[in-house]
Formats: sequence, structure tokens, C-alpha cells
Amino acid sequence: MSSIEFRKDLFADERDDTLKEIGKPTIRQDILGHVTGRSPYFDDHLFEGLLHMRCVRSPHHHARIRSIDTSAADRMPGVRRVIRPEDVPNNLNTLLALINFGKDDEALLQGKKVAYVGEPIVAIIAETERQARDAAAVVRVDYEVLPHVLDVEEALEPNAPVVSETYPNNTFDYHELYDHQKLRFGDVEKGFAEADHIVEGRYQMSPIEQAPTETCGAIAAPETNDRFVCYTSTQALFFSLGTTAKLLDMPSSQLHFIGGTVGGGFGGKVDSLHEPLAVLGSKLTGAPVKYIFDRAEEMQVGAPRGAERWYIKDGVMNDGRIVARQFTGFFDCGAYTRLSSYAIIKGTGHLPGPYSIPNVASNVYCVYTNRTPATAMRGFGITGVDFSIECHMDKVAEAVGMNPIELRILNAYRDGDMKAHRRLAKNTALIECCQVAASKADWAISAQAAAQTSLQGGGGERAAIPETVTDQAGKIGERRRNKIPTAPGEGASAKGRVAAGTSVAPIIAVPPQRDDMIIDPARTGHRKSAAEQSPAVPSVHSAPIAPPRYTPPTPPTQAPMAPPPAAPVAQPQQQAAAVQPAAAEPYKPTEPFQKGIKRPGVSRFISGTRRR
Amino acid sequence: MALHKGRGFACINYPIGMNLGGDPSQALVHSTPDGKFMVSLSAIDLGQGMKSVTRQIAAETLGVPVADVYVDTADSDTGPHDMGSFASRGTHRVGNAVIRAAAEARAAMMEAAADELEVNPADLDTDGEGNIHVKGAPGRSITVADTAIAAQFKQGKTLSGRGIFLIPTSDVDADTGEMTPVSCFAHAAVVVDLEVDDETGEVTVSQVNSAYEVGRALNPKMVEQQLIGGAWMGISHALYETTEPYYPDRSHGPDDYNSYLMPGAGDVVPHNIAVLERPAEDAPFGGKGPGEMCANPLLPAVANAIYNAVGVRCDMLPITPEKVLRGIQANGGAQPKGTF
Repeated sequence: MSSIEFRKDLFADERDDTLKEIGKPTIRQDILGHVTGRSPYFDDHLFEGLLHMRCVRSPHHHARIRSIDTSAADRMPGVRRVIRPEDVPNNLNTLLALINFGKDDEALLQGKKVAYVGEPIVAIIAETERQARDAAAVVRVDYEVLPHVLDVEEALEPNAPVVSETYPNNTFDYHELYDHQKLRFGDVEKGFAEADHIVEGRYQMSPIEQAPTETCGAIAAPETNDRFVCYTSTQALFFSLGTTAKLLDMPSSQLHFIGGTVGGGFGGKVDSLHEPLAVLGSKLTGAPVKYIFDRAEEMQVGAPRGAERWYIKDGVMNDGRIVARQFTGFFDCGAYTRLSSYAIIKGTGHLPGPYSIPNVASNVYCVYTNRTPATAMRGFGITGVDFSIECHMDKVAEAVGMNPIELRILNAYRDGDMKAHRRLAKNTALIECCQVAASKADWAISAQAAAQTSLQGGGGERAAIPETVTDQAGKIGERRRNKIPTAPGEGASAKGRVAAGTSVAPIIAVPPQRDDMIIDPARTGHRKSAAEQSPAVPSVHSAPIAPPRYTPPTPPTQAPMAPPPAAPVAQPQQQAAAVQPAAAEPYKPTEPFQKGIKRPGVSRFISGTRRR
Repeated sequence: MALHKGRGFACINYPIGMNLGGDPSQALVHSTPDGKFMVSLSAIDLGQGMKSVTRQIAAETLGVPVADVYVDTADSDTGPHDMGSFASRGTHRVGNAVIRAAAEARAAMMEAAADELEVNPADLDTDGEGNIHVKGAPGRSITVADTAIAAQFKQGKTLSGRGIFLIPTSDVDADTGEMTPVSCFAHAAVVVDLEVDDETGEVTVSQVNSAYEVGRALNPKMVEQQLIGGAWMGISHALYETTEPYYPDRSHGPDDYNSYLMPGAGDVVPHNIAVLERPAEDAPFGGKGPGEMCANPLLPAVANAIYNAVGVRCDMLPITPEKVLRGIQANGGAQPKGTF
């Protein structure tokens, strides 16, 4: 049997546990529908005359399309429309175009060159799914098969086949400058030179399926007012709506998207592959159209969590302190970008894991290969590197002969520590988690490790940003001309230095538009009032530790580090504090109260009904 | 042959939200004529409990019972914009937007009640049970329902609110990687106990002990469900699942649940959880969102436990019996590494 306990004793002085609805095991408002099988999913909207869509897919990893012959399919029984690549109004997109990140690289239907097995080429709309499948089987596509590449490091070789013509170096372009995302903090080479041990490892994760019970899909139907309604399994309603509007070159006001109850997502329902094709099919036929993956498509054509490969090199002292850590990471994003480029930035911001390490460097590559494009999945950008880091921590523990939990506690980040992405750690609790898990499992740790806390011992020197060694190796296209190493700093013709203390102001939330939108700070569940928190030190306890040195001792030396525009510097809590009303005296009525009291028996219900 | 017991540890932190593209969410709150509140969103409930958590957040902020709040979501004609349910952003971003919308609606509600009670709105408080009373004088009160009736039919005021939460885009430095990627971190540590069969290479997880720090358990039952399910998913990822068993070769890919292995509901291992709550300052009531992070520490903990049991380092996922057995054979037999 499983069990759960809530350790209210820990961090009790930071919480107000007298909230009325928060913290209660309130039953889900939709649970009765779920357990009685009555919650409507997108696939329950069965329109009269619903048509069905199936796609003709590439059987090759990589091939140029010479011609597409759909004449036999046109004549098949029940076929209402064959959609060819040229029927898609704006047939090139990248998912993150919505936030202006990356170049359009993927067609909704591919007419020129397929880059993975399963890539859609033609969509058939027929009266039944069977008829659509039969018609798809008679579409003749003439391919010129091309050499393909499936391994991330082979894809970086100078003579590797080019997967995507948008990214001819087989890597995503970062900052229009490098073929990877860099992270540099301190000087790892100096750290390795000082270390007593060097511990290296290579870690590999294969693609996995999000495995939702309900496969991805959408049903679109014309409405009477020149609009289209689309019932969808999407995880991101406006993401799918915006993507559809762009690919179909239609105003978003013509689209009415309805989602809601989803039969499992886990990240696999963000890609918005179905909504545009369903709406396009509905537009071209004037009828409701359903497009849904079958299970085989969900597993092999639907984007998986992509594979990752990580190399980690640590410099470790005899006492277990990790003084340098270096990563070289490869995300196998498949044939098109989808969201992998973004996950790499998220992953880079996560390094070196929840530890305070004075010298950190990483190069992470978003690599195109001839496989199903990867996308998000629970833990996106983090799961693979956490697997690598934590397996590596055990190797380090073995190398120095330490209890693995004590090693983690020794190196754990604490409140006020500077992280490798140049922001202070706050609100940390790794040490406490280690201690509680060890105690639950009866895994003995030393008295010293058991006495540590996230609240103390951080900050001070640990808040400093060290002088940092940089390099300009791995410019876009450089690797295509010559084979150069992939690890940080290797192959660089020259090293640069960024002065100690260099950083820009952190980005914080935009404050509420109006004072009325600010919740009374006394009702937020935080025990420490906002006023008690000092301006630049987030959540650091009043323990006897030196406050983090946040102000850079030298002005920033790098042009790219200019502060982002209009970044407010104040903490959001201080915004709240500014309008916190002074504690009011209890109200004392001057005359007996007369009106507005609760009237038992009087109906409160006058005219309204819930909308649904 | 023999069964070898092993135990492994791993700990992680997990970034909540992601603001490298700007990451807004909006919410609208309005009262019905009889003093119930509708929350309009376009956030998606994937089964993780989006609708329930935002409902509790709205009720807490408004100061009304949760039964008087209903969440309507995922219709692009009625729900205001939201980026989506991913990157552990739902509770944090949407929750904060709901707080702002509900706070504005509460302010309107308190003004309307103050008009009825002929007092200053600042002197009023809610009891969380559907009444608004004068602070220090609980007898002098008006119900939320009567307040809504008066506001709509007598005063001509709406009890409604709008909310948006946005952390603007963070630039990422090309040379150093400097950025403000996220707003807060959840934490976890797990100990996995398992057995390895040195004849077949098969791994059987027997027990998980864990500590998860989630900021605040906004709904403890849903936290429990997330953690038990998520840990199961992590074990499944570690030992069973892949769409490409011979990666990077693409052959032998599974195309249904007969060939794509996952443990069944009966294979959920006993899991003893401790939940820690250290509220994050910018999170709704401190809650960080436990959903994504809870699977992650299981993967390395399983790998570390297998090494502890038989001395085989499994650095490639998934850790199939074939890989374990080949490792044992390469070492000339199982090499247990002792007990912790």
C-alpha cells in the first residue's frame, strides 16, 4: 500500500495554513462525468454527415518527391476530396512562430522532400474511414530515395546528408550566431586542473511515447456565419488556433476552437497537426471533417519525447565537493524543429542541476535527423539531463567513497547561491527533501548531513558571479566545413573573458493593471509579510549568513547583455505591499444594524441560469 | 541464479513555468445574479485538475465557498487567451491570473456590500461561507447572494474581474547563457528499492520512498494522485518504454500496446510519500505544480539501484532485461555493491 504524509512541521514559519479552500481535498467538479463515462471528448461531437480524413505517408526516411499521382484516389468510392500540398494556403510553419522563435521549416503536407518515415504528403477525405484508407493506398508517389542520417553525432559530420533545407547544417541556429546554446560560468578548465578526481560519463535516452488513452485529433465543421468550429484534443487552445490561422491564411476570428476534456496529454497534444487539416478539409468540402491518429500513427508518426545524449565531465575534490562540471548535450529533434529548440534553452537554464558548482560550462545542440520530429513530454528538456546528472552523482560518490545522499547534501544549492544562469537561488528545499527521503527509507546519513538546511550556508561568496571564460567556437556553418569538437571550449581559436559580477537585471512578472486586482497580502498564504522581505534578497532567512552580493562590482562588458526593455525591477510582492492597507481598527457600529441580513426562506435565485 | 536486492537514490529540482517567449494567461470572473461566480478561462484540463485548482484559487480569493464557483474553460469564443497547459505553467500562470481576476471581483463585491451595509468597504471581510460581515462584528453581515442581487438589480453594478499574469520574455545571452528562465523550483528526492534477477536480467521495483516539495499542496488529494501516477510513469520510462528499441536504428518500433510495454495499474509499487511545502513568493498561494517533476527522479534512482544490486551501470534508457543481463555477463556475474 502506498501512503502520503504532509510534513507541515517543515517551513511552517513561511506558511499561513488557515486558508479556507486552498489545501482542502475538494473533489473535481468534472469527476462524476469522468467516472460515469459522460464527459464529452472531442470525438463525441458526431456531426451528421461527418467525413473522415486519412493521410498518405512517406515510407522512406529521406526522399525527394518527383511526382504525386492522385487520379486513382479521386475515383475511389466515397472519396469527397483529395488535398494536395499545393492546396494548403500557407504551407510552411514552425510551431514557435507564435512567439517569434525559429524559422518556418515544416509543411502541413509535404510536396517536395520527405524527411522522415510517416511524413504526410496527401490527405484523403471520404465518407467512411475505410474508404479514406483504401483511397490513400492507391495514391502513387514517385520518390528519389536520398541518403539519410539517424544519429545525432553523425548528423554533425561535415558530409552528413542535409535533413532540412531550412537548417542546412543539421542544427538549429541559436542567436543567429552559434549552432548550439552555450552556458559559461567560471572556468571549468581551471576547476578540472584543481580537482582530485575527474569523473566522466555518457548517457542516452531513447524516444518514448506520451501514450495518451485518447489519440490526437480534431473535428471541424462549417458554421453558418463563415466561421469554422473545431473540437480538438489540444493541450493549448490558442496555440492550435493561431497555428491553424497561419497555415490556412485566414483571420483567427473565423475560427471557433473548443477543447476542454482531454484523454491524456503529457505533452503530446501541443503540435497542432490535426486542427489545420480538419479545418482545411471542412473548408474545401463544406462538410464536417474528422482527422484523428490511429494508435500506430500515435506511436510512430505522432511526435515522441525525443532522444537525448549527454556527456558529463566533473572535477571533484577528495571531500566530495564538485568544483567543475561540463556538459555536452544533443537533442535529437527529428526532421523538424517543433519545440525542441525551446526545450534546449529550458534545459540549459537548468544546468548543472540543483547543485552549487563554481565552474560550469555546457554546449547543447538541437540536431536534425531523419526521424519523427520530437516534441514535448512531461519533464520536457529536463528529464533526460536529470537522469544523466543523478546517475553521474552516484559515480562521483563512488569515486570519492561517499554516501550518495551525503554527497548531494554537500553540493546542494541553498538560498542565496548564484546559479550558473546568473540568477540567485531562492525558495530552495533540496536538502530537506534528501533528509526526509533518507529518513523514510531508513537510509542512514551522518549527523552533519542531517543538520544542514537550505536556509543557511548559502549566499556570501557563493552568491558571487565568477570571472568567466568564453569562446566563439561553433559558429553557424563552421561544422559543415570542418570537423570540430563539440565539447565546450574545444576547438576555439581564442578564449575571451567576461568580468566577475557581470549580469543584467532579472525579469519579473508584470504587476497587476489595477490596484483592485491585487489580493490582500494577508490572504496569500505567505506567513512572512511582503514588507519583511528585503528588496534584492529573495526569501533569504534571517540566519547569520552574508547577504548575497548582487550588485556587479564592474559594469557589464558584453554588448549582448544589455538589459531587456522595460523590465521592472521591483519584486511583485512589493507592488502588493505598496497598496496594502494599514491594519484597520475593528469596526464599531454607532447604531443597531437594520438591513441586509440573511433572510432564511427567501429565494436567492431570481433569473439567471448557468450557461451549461 | 539469484535475486539481488538493490536501492538507489536521486534528487532533483524542477523549473515551474517558462518565460523565454513571454508567457501570458488571462482569466475572467463574474457573478451570476444570485451570487455564484463563473471563472472563464481557455486553459485546458488534461486530467491534471486545472479546473479544480483554479476553482479553489478563485473561491479562496473571492472569499466564498468553493461550491459557489464554477470554472468554464476551453472555448475560444468565451475564454480569454492562455498559452496552454505545458511546462508546468498551468497552476502558476493561470492561478495567478485567476487571483487577479477574483481579487477585482471581490473588490466590487465588497463595495456593493458596503453600500448595502452603509459602511466603508475596507471594514468588511468574508467568512468563506457565503457571508460578508463587518470586521469585529460578525453579526452585522449580508450574504454574498444578497450582495449580488443588490448590485445587479438595485445598484446597477457588475461583480466581475479581469486578470492577466505575464512574465515578459527573457533574453538569453549567446555566449554565457545568462537568462531568467523560470519563476520558481519544485524539489524531490526518492529512494527506490528493487530486485534484479541475475538469470533473466529482469528488474522488479518493490518500494519507493519519496519526499516532494511542491510549494503548497493546493489540493492534497490531487497532489497525491499526481505523485503516485507520476512516479509510476517514471519507473515505466526507466524500465520499459521506447518507440525505438534499437535507437538510433528505427526498426522494430511498436505500434500498439501489445508491443509498447507499460506496467499496468496492478504494477503500481507501494510508494510512501512525504509532501513538503515551502511557498514560492510569486506562485498562487505558494503552489508550484507537482505534475511534471514527479516522474523525473525515478529514472536515475532505478538505474542507481540496479548498480547497487548487481554492479551494472545502466546509462541508456530504457533499462531492458537484455541490457542488464549483458552487463552482468560482461562483468563475469552479478557484483552486489553492498547495502545502504
